[in-house]
Amino acid sequence: MIDFLGRLNWDAIPIHEPPAIIAGGGMVGGALLAVLLVTYFKKWGYLWREWFTSVDHKKIGVMYIIVAIIMLLRGFADAALMRTQQAISVGSNYGFLPPDHYDQIFTAHGVIMIFFVAMPLVIGLMNIVVPLQIGARDVAFPYLNSLSFWLFMIGVVLVMLSLIVGSFAQTGWVAYAPLSENQFSPGVGMDYYIWSLQISGIGTTISGINFFVTILKMRCPGMTLMKMPVFTWTALCSNILIIISFPMLTAAIAMLTLDRYLDFHFFTNEFGGDPMLYVNLIWAWGHPEVYILVLPVFGVFSEVTSTFSRKTLFGYATMVYATAAITILSFIVWLHHFFTMGAGANVNAFFGIATTIIAIPTGVKIFNWLFTMYRGRITFTAPMYFTIGFIITFSVGGMTGVLLAVPGADFVLHNSLFVIAHFHNVIIGGVVFGVMAGLTFWCPKAFGFKMNEKFGKLSFWFWLVGFYIAFMPLYVLGFMGATRRLSHYDASTGWHPLFVIAFIGMLIIAVGIGFQVLQIVVSVWKAKENQDYTGDPWDGRTLEWSTMSPPPFYNFAHVPHVDSLEPWWDHKHGKKIFPENKPYEAIHMPKNTGIGVLIGLFGFFLGFGLIWYIWWLVIASGIGIFACIVARSFDQDIDYWVSAEEVERVEKELSLRREKA
Amino acid sequence: MTAQSINHHSDHHHDHDAEARSKVLFGFWIYIMSDLIIFSCLFASYVVLHTHTFGGPAGKDLFDLNYVMIETFLLLTSSFTYGLAMLAEQKDKKSQVLGWLFVTFLLGAGFIGMEINEFHHLITEGYGPSHSAFLSAFFGLVGTHGLHVTCGLIWMVMMMIQVARFGLTPMVSRKLACLSLFWHFLDIVWIFVFTVVYLMGVM
Repeated sequence: MIDFLGRLNWDAIPIHEPPAIIAGGGMVGGALLAVLLVTYFKKWGYLWREWFTSVDHKKIGVMYIIVAIIMLLRGFADAALMRTQQAISVGSNYGFLPPDHYDQIFTAHGVIMIFFVAMPLVIGLMNIVVPLQIGARDVAFPYLNSLSFWLFMIGVVLVMLSLIVGSFAQTGWVAYAPLSENQFSPGVGMDYYIWSLQISGIGTTISGINFFVTILKMRCPGMTLMKMPVFTWTALCSNILIIISFPMLTAAIAMLTLDRYLDFHFFTNEFGGDPMLYVNLIWAWGHPEVYILVLPVFGVFSEVTSTFSRKTLFGYATMVYATAAITILSFIVWLHHFFTMGAGANVNAFFGIATTIIAIPTGVKIFNWLFTMYRGRITFTAPMYFTIGFIITFSVGGMTGVLLAVPGADFVLHNSLFVIAHFHNVIIGGVVFGVMAGLTFWCPKAFGFKMNEKFGKLSFWFWLVGFYIAFMPLYVLGFMGATRRLSHYDASTGWHPLFVIAFIGMLIIAVGIGFQVLQIVVSVWKAKENQDYTGDPWDGRTLEWSTMSPPPFYNFAHVPHVDSLEPWWDHKHGKKIFPENKPYEAIHMPKNTGIGVLIGLFGFFLGFGLIWYIWWLVIASGIGIFACIVARSFDQDIDYWVSAEEVERVEKELSLRREKA
Repeated sequence: MTAQSINHHSDHHHDHDAEARSKVLFGFWIYIMSDLIIFSCLFASYVVLHTHTFGGPAGKDLFDLNYVMIETFLLLTSSFTYGLAMLAEQKDKKSQVLGWLFVTFLLGAGFIGMEINEFHHLITEGYGPSHSAFLSAFFGLVGTHGLHVTCGLIWMVMMMIQVARFGLTPMVSRKLACLSLFWHFLDIVWIFVFTVVYLMGVM
């Protein structure tokens, strides 16, 4: 029996830990409720046919975003626990979280927010927007797109499962060796970390290749590289970063896995292993990773600024070159994460200078957005609020980054709360605000209705104010010597009042998130009132606004022919991009497939078996995955033609709906 | 349906096949580039760790260049025979394609067999990957290459079945082209393994 279940036994269920059991119970309860609701409304067939097996980029994008928003709540709950613990755990009070649990929480917070919130939000937006912006009917490899999503889901499910079966890593989100080796992290927590990241990371690499090929091979006639919308440009650069950097994560984690599972000595203390090798490899991935997240939101801000200022983006070419420059520079700065390693003054100087240089292209972008707004007719919508909030907040965060890039200063501030304040300053001020802007901006395109403006703006104000109150004290605390990842500190440090202020900031952000949830609920509730029948609710400029909201499954009945940067804007002003009175033609489309879901299912069991040493399950699910791949490889029936008559019928229906409005 | 519209439709299919081939081959190239980065990390780790023998044997105490020469010869020849399979494919000669794929498979299997034998030998001598960081890096790098070749062999079996069953259809042809890229890629990586690990190891 013991062998049959590997290291899994009843002790894995954390019944003695109230916080874990409450969180786990809530999660299981929520999942059960969802299952019951779907069963009650008899929607399983619908979900399977229309969503789970879909290879439609728009639907896959929506699924990424829904999962990301749920995970945002989990990640924020972790943040709230940490802020609460630090606000009360001073002097003789040790708070409510024992250190081993606190360590799991900060690890899970980082892993979830980066891999399972920020990444799916960005990839979800790319899915929805990129093919529409380039006038394509789908991505290059629709089945692989579905597979990527389900590989990502394995990671999500494994991380969530670690709440109630076993535990999560206690190493921090980049899991430095040798702490992450068996000697110091013998439990399953580290293995949950390894397999959730490894499997979802492979999905991300596939996504990167998919979008890279999509953008380079599937642009509509006339769209040369320098006529691509800025969001597509930033998506392209982001995918280049994915293709180059994610294999490094795969390699680093694979070596760590060999160390842990087969007694290799890549990064151990003994037998000549080199822990700093791991630190180098993980940051050679980790630094490009932050640009993978932030470049696409730069694209979002560019689209938003230009649309709501009713002006062409200022300095399009410089925007493109700045994006490309950041893409290249992001690969030669990784060492600034560990100046204190002792690589020597010259090495540190090189990486310090390379890091500060990134501020130049970023500055170019900031000025481009400001000049786009200058003398524009700005409409102050919620996305525009987030954009302006971003410009200010991100500039502050960028400047503290330049400060940290000075090796001398970094020796003082390394591993302190100053670092935490800095990267939340750029991630919240950049990625979070950008994604909020992007979701509000493209929501009508994805769903056919606009988001509620009032709650969007309220959410913005609480996020903005909450952010400053929660994180500015951390800069000060960093200077006062407070290190990161503390679950307890002494009263004589004088840090307590600042931690209490940060706690209040967290509460304000919580209100902001509450308004966001409310915004989604109200928007869905009153979808009929905010319906967008035109397909172009903001008087947009790029191709995604030229089709209906939501677009038909084939996106465009006629492929547009473009010869300018803002084809849809020009179309509305007389320069036609669609042929008139041309008969419809048959359209080639991919068929839905359940293989992605099946590989996801087997992949989950594979990961679970590896985490718990259940070897028969590993072998069985490995065979399952192999069978799926073979079945797909032999399947000749993977695509079909939509007849011209069918296209005509769908288009008639859509234009009828447009006229009704 | 008029004759013209039927022609039009088959033109579409033809366009579609060419487009699919160009997308798949380009995508596969990009995949190979990303896989190359995994190998770069392993090479970098090997270069960092190859002196970390922890008092155990170094490369020059363990490697037998003659043996590795034969391995190399097998793999390089298999790359050549795969090229012959692709030439036969372009001439639409199905049985020749199958024949050369089979020869390639045998040569690749010979390479893997020799590698497994080498690993087995090292491990039974007590010089397994747990012995030192150098040996970890050695087994990690060479083993990853071997794993790739093994995947390529399994893929080759699948392709032989598909060629036999479906003939040289556009789908089969583009998969053969991808496997060809993959196979030559592994060859090139091996040349670097041979140089960096074995040749420089015994120097």
